[in-house]
Amino acid sequence: MIASIAFYVFAAILLVSAAMVVTARNPVHSVLFLILSFFNAAALFLLAGAEFLAMILVIVYVGAVAVLFLFVVMMLDVNFAELRGGFQRYLPVGATVGAVLFVELALVLGGWQIAPDAGQLRFAPQPPDVHNTAALGRLIYTDYVLLFQIAGLVLMVAMIGAIVLTLRERKTSRHQSIAAQVGRDVRDTLELVNMPLGVGVSEFYRPLVEQPPPLHSDQPVIAHAGGGHGDGGHHAAEKR
Amino acid sequence: MNWQLAWPEIALAVCGMAILIFGVLWKGRSNAFACSMLTAGAFLLAALLVLSQGGGLGYNGLFVVDPFSSYLKLLILAGAALSLILSVDWNEREGFQRFEFPVLMLFSVTGMMVMASASNLMTLYMGLELQSLALYVLAAFNRDDARSSEAGLKYFVLSALASGLLLYGISLCYGFSGTMNFADLAKAAANPAGVSPGLIVGIVFVLVGLAFKISAVPFHMWTPDVYEGAPTPVTLFFATSPKVAAMGLLLRVMVGPFGHLLPQLQSLIVLISIASMVLGALAAIGQTNIKRLMAYSSIGHMGYALIGLAAGTTEGIRGVLIYLVIYVFMTVATFAGIGAMRRNGRTIEKISDLAGLGRNDPMLALILVICMFSLAGIPLLSGFFAKLYIFLAAVQVGMWTLAVIGVLTSVIGAFYYIRVIKVMYFDQPEAPFDRRPASLSFVAVAAGLFTTFFFVFPAPIIGAAQVAAKALLG
Repeated sequence: MIASIAFYVFAAILLVSAAMVVTARNPVHSVLFLILSFFNAAALFLLAGAEFLAMILVIVYVGAVAVLFLFVVMMLDVNFAELRGGFQRYLPVGATVGAVLFVELALVLGGWQIAPDAGQLRFAPQPPDVHNTAALGRLIYTDYVLLFQIAGLVLMVAMIGAIVLTLRERKTSRHQSIAAQVGRDVRDTLELVNMPLGVGVSEFYRPLVEQPPPLHSDQPVIAHAGGGHGDGGHHAAEKR
Repeated sequence: MNWQLAWPEIALAVCGMAILIFGVLWKGRSNAFACSMLTAGAFLLAALLVLSQGGGLGYNGLFVVDPFSSYLKLLILAGAALSLILSVDWNEREGFQRFEFPVLMLFSVTGMMVMASASNLMTLYMGLELQSLALYVLAAFNRDDARSSEAGLKYFVLSALASGLLLYGISLCYGFSGTMNFADLAKAAANPAGVSPGLIVGIVFVLVGLAFKISAVPFHMWTPDVYEGAPTPVTLFFATSPKVAAMGLLLRVMVGPFGHLLPQLQSLIVLISIASMVLGALAAIGQTNIKRLMAYSSIGHMGYALIGLAAGTTEGIRGVLIYLVIYVFMTVATFAGIGAMRRNGRTIEKISDLAGLGRNDPMLALILVICMFSLAGIPLLSGFFAKLYIFLAAVQVGMWTLAVIGVLTSVIGAFYYIRVIKVMYFDQPEAPFDRRPASLSFVAVAAGLFTTFFFVFPAPIIGAAQVAAKALLG
């Protein structure tokens, strides 16, 4: 009884917030409604007994995807009103096509009934002694390992693609050159000087360390080529 | 579980990751060239593994290896390898030689090989997505060029829509039959009278999604723009391997799990086929850009190939498979010619720019003539035999209308193919093209020789196609 009340409440909020995602004027509101609908979908998963999917939905979609959306919406100055400019013009055609398709599908799917013994035909019923996170893991890493690995490849291709299409190496960007840092000699930075008594550091003259020549004309500037930052306490001896 | 069945795919994916790491770590000046060569080696390794494989069903029924899948995989690898060879020099001249290019191509090929071996709707979808995702990036690879970016974005948006339709169709199939396995789906659809309309709607959605990938009319809208905007080697890649993979998938899905429904779906396939042939023939006439011309040409050719599927017999399937091989090599030779179109370091793509090629570069002009005649279907060149086997299959099952329309559209198509030849030999000559690189000449000559001399020794390919078609029809 309580479960079914909860189901209808969550389902109703889910539908309303999903509708608000596409109708809200302010894109930030859209994203916030999206987050609300994710939370409600997660609650529905919980009611269905799939707590792993519920947690994944909250962690991945709310925690990462939706927040990323929010960043993009707020940081990019996209004029959404302009994007919706053609909306009025294309609405009649689009609505007609959509309505026809909807009626057709309703006619087809209207006759759909769940077979009474459908429950026994499941591919992979949950074993009684494990909870569904473990059951899902067993399934993914055994029966569906091929698809799981292909999904990994898809994600990797997406990553390569994003880097290929957007990464630009600027000539002025400052990289950390680990080889140059490690290959540095102590004598380049540190000098032990026997100071005569009674003479201040400021009176002691020492020639500047020779600047190392740039490695390559097209190589990015190494940040600390001139003994800049990152050397911590070595500076004292270099000061004149 | 027989996991060795996926050896070629596993080897290819592992090679891809190794090449990626190599490309990132080794910052030499020619690392793009080295990665391309390594990728070509990986393709060769995968081809050898495909050849050395037995058959069977593995991964809990997700993955099948049979003569049909091996045939497709070899063709996919051949098309990809030829595009890769062409791309090395092109990318260098255009100034975007980057090692990610061959790596993306390699992963795309991995996806296509998974498509060829799919025996479950989920495997089908995963392979398709792996393939497409890499293709989006490849289309937009010349990111500083507005047309290339547009091509990538357009292909991405429309293809995502098609993938959505496909997924929706898969979900309907699953909902109404309770399974996504091809063998079980065939059982569920064994009695055409008892099949629920929901399953039919699902199948139609799947058909739509796959028709988009082979750019059959009315799902062809993306093709001309993407072909025109993408860099030429990428266009060649688009025109060869993905078409082979998607057509193979269409054959497997329509003949395998939904084979019993094929008579009912026949009218749909006939409609798509006729529309593709007619549009391919008519819309190409007004084109001035040779890459757009080739886009419409490929739409037409997919229409011809679909005749074989509409026939639905072993001869028909065999015809499609032979058609794909011949189509790939014709297209490769033609695009090698298009890749040579460069004057003073600038790419040119207009058909009128070909004027005087017959005098300036008789060798290349000859290859283009052979390609154009072959694409038009002039006897003794391979394109003629491709159409012959298809039309024979259609006539054998009494589909005279389809065969007659096919012949008529071939005649119309011959007009614009022969116009290209006329421009090359009889128009006012223009300045010669830049020197063509050796790799391009190699690809052009190899594919041109195949196209010319297919009729001398066609038995191995016809035999392999026969075995593959038999394996598919069981």
